[in-house]
Amino acid sequence: MSESVATLRLALVGNPNCGKTALFNQLTGGRQKVANYAGVTVERKEGRFSAPSGRSFQLLDLPGAYSLEAASPDEVITRDVCLGHFPGETAPDAIVCVADATNLRLHLRFVLEVRRLGRPMVLALNMMDAARRRGIRIDVPKLEAALGIPVVETVAVQRGGAADLIARLDRELPAVAEFKSGNDLHAEVRAMLADAVSMPRRTAEIDDAIDRIVLHPMLGLGLLAVIMFLIFQAVFSWAAPLMEGIEAGVAFVGAWVGTGLASMPMLRSLVVDGIFAGVGGVLVFLPQILILFLFILALEESGYLPRAAFLLDRLMLKAGLTGRSFIPLLSSFACAIPGIMATRSIQDPRDRLTTILIAPLMTCSARLPVYALLIAAFIPDRSIAGIFNLQGVVLFTLYVAGIVSALGVAWVIKLLRRDKSEHALLMELPSYRIPHPRDIAIGLWERANIFLKRVGGIILSLTIILWFLSSFPGAPEGATEPAINYSFAGTLGHWLHAVFAPIGFNWQICIALVPGIAAREVAVSSLATVYALSGHEEGLQAIVASQWSLATALSLLAWYVFAPMCLSTLATVRRETNSWRQVWIMTGYLFALAYVASLLTYQIARAVSA
Amino acid sequence: MRLSELPQGSDAVVQEVENMSEGDPIARRLRDYGFVRGEPVRLVGRGPIGADPLLVQIGFTRFALRRAEAARVIIEPTA
Repeated sequence: MSESVATLRLALVGNPNCGKTALFNQLTGGRQKVANYAGVTVERKEGRFSAPSGRSFQLLDLPGAYSLEAASPDEVITRDVCLGHFPGETAPDAIVCVADATNLRLHLRFVLEVRRLGRPMVLALNMMDAARRRGIRIDVPKLEAALGIPVVETVAVQRGGAADLIARLDRELPAVAEFKSGNDLHAEVRAMLADAVSMPRRTAEIDDAIDRIVLHPMLGLGLLAVIMFLIFQAVFSWAAPLMEGIEAGVAFVGAWVGTGLASMPMLRSLVVDGIFAGVGGVLVFLPQILILFLFILALEESGYLPRAAFLLDRLMLKAGLTGRSFIPLLSSFACAIPGIMATRSIQDPRDRLTTILIAPLMTCSARLPVYALLIAAFIPDRSIAGIFNLQGVVLFTLYVAGIVSALGVAWVIKLLRRDKSEHALLMELPSYRIPHPRDIAIGLWERANIFLKRVGGIILSLTIILWFLSSFPGAPEGATEPAINYSFAGTLGHWLHAVFAPIGFNWQICIALVPGIAAREVAVSSLATVYALSGHEEGLQAIVASQWSLATALSLLAWYVFAPMCLSTLATVRRETNSWRQVWIMTGYLFALAYVASLLTYQIARAVSA
Repeated sequence: MRLSELPQGSDAVVQEVENMSEGDPIARRLRDYGFVRGEPVRLVGRGPIGADPLLVQIGFTRFALRRAEAARVIIEPTA
């Protein structure tokens, strides 16, 4: 194709918080391809745009970096791609280096490092609107002369704010002159600033004022608690009608397809009981995940997230974590999948791994149906001390049990780790910004895409496998027990019963655990199936209340605090860590914790009630 | 004096960043951030628990540094 010959391949580089991603979105709009770099879990974003002349550009958004002397996997990629050393990536024709015009003391040093690479490049002085508001004056021709590369002004969050950059890229870029950059880049930056930039104040007054409240030891923690509370409220109450809508929609379409397949009972069962029930059970969490990410992205764009990490760092450090672990763990209360995805913002690989390993201990919303069933069936609805509801207290205790054990596990991981070298915080607190709706919308679209791809791929396949296990072989002639009892899953359930009898699980629970592996809350519907097909007519809650002992119910609750029974989470861990070993470690330790907790709960409850 | 000992709200000038180990990556990163000789620095605030981490202004940027990290930075307080 003649077009591809003329396409100029550009790489976008810059310090973290320079507005690089906003500029990328401004340039490419929705035309982006998101993937991972070969062999690593660093996100690779590529897009296209064209100049008014018709010339087209291919733009690669490289991870933000403070230095090309890489200190993190992200920075290694930025360096190697710029140098053309990264396997599978061709060296860019030119580099667009982005610098925040209000933060040049830090960002110009990186520009000088990039300039040393000797490739054609343009400097985009971004956030010029904020710089003008703060009275910062930059003599662009002088800066251009000092740097020896073209310099253009951009405002990534304004319509047409990158027009000058596009116009400059459309013209021939000058060959790179020989630079006599000395070893002291800092001195060079100081000289340039003294010569070309006048700055009335080192920081924005508004940032100082906001930080006095947000980082205040008392007010700051209070505000953080309020924000967390609001997020929780939104995730659980705003999402409810949407989740009901998805459930009803999936059920409706399932029933409609089912009617169409009425002549083929086997296929009908696969589609309706397998695919629609299984995938629908996971899809229903999409609204919660999107609302959660809406808040996280808005907090991230605004510059608040590093502040939250600042406030909580000391607390998390005691457990062997970092302040940066806080948001991923908070997300995991909705679902461990977005939580584990959010650990990408943790730079230290050890801290990131620990956070991933304990994320499933945060009580995700998929456990709520199980908790709700058992609490309603076994815990009397009475008040204690006049103000607390006993059922509420039990639910709260289950949440706390998860958090406390997560901190315990993190602490043990810290003890066991061989590499005891210091973990760094070293975190920039960027200027506050009003989040741009376009950037949040694009971010949400990416998250939804990742989630839906997973639903369509691994979760769909696992659902079909589980359906097969639960449906074959079919019940023999004249069978009295439910069909699932004769299936592979039923046989597996009976085997499992031998293992789970000491913790008080009956065979019905064991069978329900098998399909519950696909999605935790499916265990409830499976229990309903097992009992319904056994000829029980009453509701599940009544059956459970009359047939199970309290010790069994408590044991199952304890099991669900820990149980690693979510294949989607394990698949996410595999993807994010690129390692089966971590998947096995996680499965193993969660299973052991679950078993021990249930064993203790069951035996103690029996001893006490006897 | 070390940056970790600077009173809240005080200004100082960086002397140097000490390596705690051979090729200390944290010290190197601090230098990248602009903690180099002659650079004015200010201790803006402290974390709510155990007065850790520290909120430090260097150049036009604010960083959160744990005490152990800030202790690598040797400073000269300005009167």
